[in-house]
Amino acid sequence: MTTALSIRDLTKAYANGFQALKGISLEIRKGDFFALLGPNGAGKSTTIGILCSLINKTSGKVEIFGHDIDRDFSAAKMETGLVPQEFNFNVFEPVEEIVVNQAGYFGIERRVGVRRAERYLKQLGLWEKRRCQARELSGGMKRRLMIARALVHEPRLLILDEPTAGVDIEIRRSMWDYLRELNAAGTTIILTTHYLEEAENLCRNIAIIDHGRLIENSSMKELIGKLQVETFVLDLRNPVKTLPKTEPECLRMIDETTLEADIQRGCSINFLFEQLSRQGIEVLSMRNKTNRLEQLFMHMIGNGADGKRKDAA
Amino acid sequence: MTPKQKLVAFKTILIKEVLRFSRIWVQTIVPPVVTTSLYFVIFGSLIGPRIGDMGGFRYMDYIVPGLIMMAVITNSYANVVSSFYGSKFHHHIEEMLVSPLPNYIIVMGFTAGGIARGMSVGMAVTLVSMAFSDLQVHDLTVLVTIVILTSTLFSLAGLINGVFARSFDDISIVPTFVLTPLTYLGGVFYTIQMLPAFWQKVSMANPILYMVDTFRFGFLGVSDIPVALSYLIVGGFILTLYLYALYLMNVGYGIRK
Ligand SMILES: Nc1ncnc2c1ncn2[C@@H]1O[C@H](COP(=O)(O)OP(=O)(O)OP(=O)(O)O)[C@@H](O)[C@H]1O
Ligand SMILES: [Mg+2]
Repeated sequence: MTTALSIRDLTKAYANGFQALKGISLEIRKGDFFALLGPNGAGKSTTIGILCSLINKTSGKVEIFGHDIDRDFSAAKMETGLVPQEFNFNVFEPVEEIVVNQAGYFGIERRVGVRRAERYLKQLGLWEKRRCQARELSGGMKRRLMIARALVHEPRLLILDEPTAGVDIEIRRSMWDYLRELNAAGTTIILTTHYLEEAENLCRNIAIIDHGRLIENSSMKELIGKLQVETFVLDLRNPVKTLPKTEPECLRMIDETTLEADIQRGCSINFLFEQLSRQGIEVLSMRNKTNRLEQLFMHMIGNGADGKRKDAA
Repeated sequence: MTPKQKLVAFKTILIKEVLRFSRIWVQTIVPPVVTTSLYFVIFGSLIGPRIGDMGGFRYMDYIVPGLIMMAVITNSYANVVSSFYGSKFHHHIEEMLVSPLPNYIIVMGFTAGGIARGMSVGMAVTLVSMAFSDLQVHDLTVLVTIVILTSTLFSLAGLINGVFARSFDDISIVPTFVLTPLTYLGGVFYTIQMLPAFWQKVSMANPILYMVDTFRFGFLGVSDIPVALSYLIVGGFILTLYLYALYLMNVGYGIRK
């Protein structure tokens, strides 16, 4: 068996009648590092809530490592660890107790739970804070506490709903390394995030949902390959008065020392430098205008190049 | 989950609950002791002697069992309703919901926490009462079993209230408008023999009457109602409330969207 998670025709109508999921089907392979992306309100957390039985589905079928979440409730649970989007621990409880108790709910004896709590709190840099009440932690620490808590029963599937929201750059990078290590050691990981750079960096496969529907499901490579045009930003050493001419034409002037170049996929970028050098224009540095995944993403969820959403008018 | 794992999980909830009310003992253990002591002083020591005997006993001795029971009832109920509603409100109930815990273990864990609080308060109040009256134990088995069963019953009731509650106000409605009146009219302060026949009948519909009466029997050896009947009624209530609480958890009422 190579499937970690299988979702078939999943729908969800909330009590107020709102149809949050309109039939989602998805397969995630064992050992995958999977990105679940989509704009605010797309239905990511709803999907995740159903996987972890925090939300009752309206219809459809979910299997985790072959265990149906309805019929094989307990086995499915044992395999799954959740880092939710919102903080959901008792803020008056000490950090260590939160993790040890979670082990207890999974039937892990306290003796073992205490050892594991120590391991994961140390790995996530929270060991010094173990006696603090959870409310005394900073926002980034609280996120890491939820990761430790999700790992204490050593699940084979780890689901993280925006784990890096509000986490500083340094900690975010160390969190990435940590998740990569976990994944390399065999844990299947599903991640939602609004930092597309993060998804591009970490994930091998990707699904995008919008308005409760799956609009894309492929490998990260394939998806990035779909990008037709990449936009680069060029910083110039000396100001230019007019837009330099190139063949083919691909430049836009942003200000006197900044140009933007649209390069067709598969085209070499050398011609641009040759032509600019010939005109005596020196390029100091060059970078992607946006992350590549971000460009695709904006396109797919119906945003024009102006960055405004069509359906938001 | 194996039976052993379930036991571990149950113990985890119970210990967590005990720690919760122990940490805030000034709010959970002290107030009932203070209130009950006031009852002892006012009704027992000050007014009691003027009332004379009740059911053939000193008034003080007559009301002590009922007052202990009253503390047990309110505290068992309060513990579970506030703990469960709090865990819903702050979302840490989700810690249990994402785990493989069967619902009946969740129900039993919270209930056991309520019993622990009820017993702790009951003990504390009993200790204080020894300063005011010299009650003898007539039947220890009856005493212990009825107080545990009563505590179980009201812990379950508190859980159900916690499941339905949508605000902090909702958790004080039942104690104020149902529990307190039923307890006062449940023969804590008087024997129902004093009432006219009609009101005696009405009183018989009050389940708290049976518990208080049986508990008093454990001390004094006299009762208005057959003890076996009390056990039957209390047992029936516990079973009904347990099944109802389990049903609510199974459908996820108020906890699973
Ligand atoms: N309890 C609820 N009752 C009614 N509608 C809800 C409820 N929870 C969520 N929704 C709606 O369902 C839709 C999907 O919400 P969901 O939380 O799954 O989005 P999301 O993709 O996680 O968004 P975000 O990136 O903002 O976290 C939204 O339109 C939201 O308003
Ligand atoms: Mg979300």
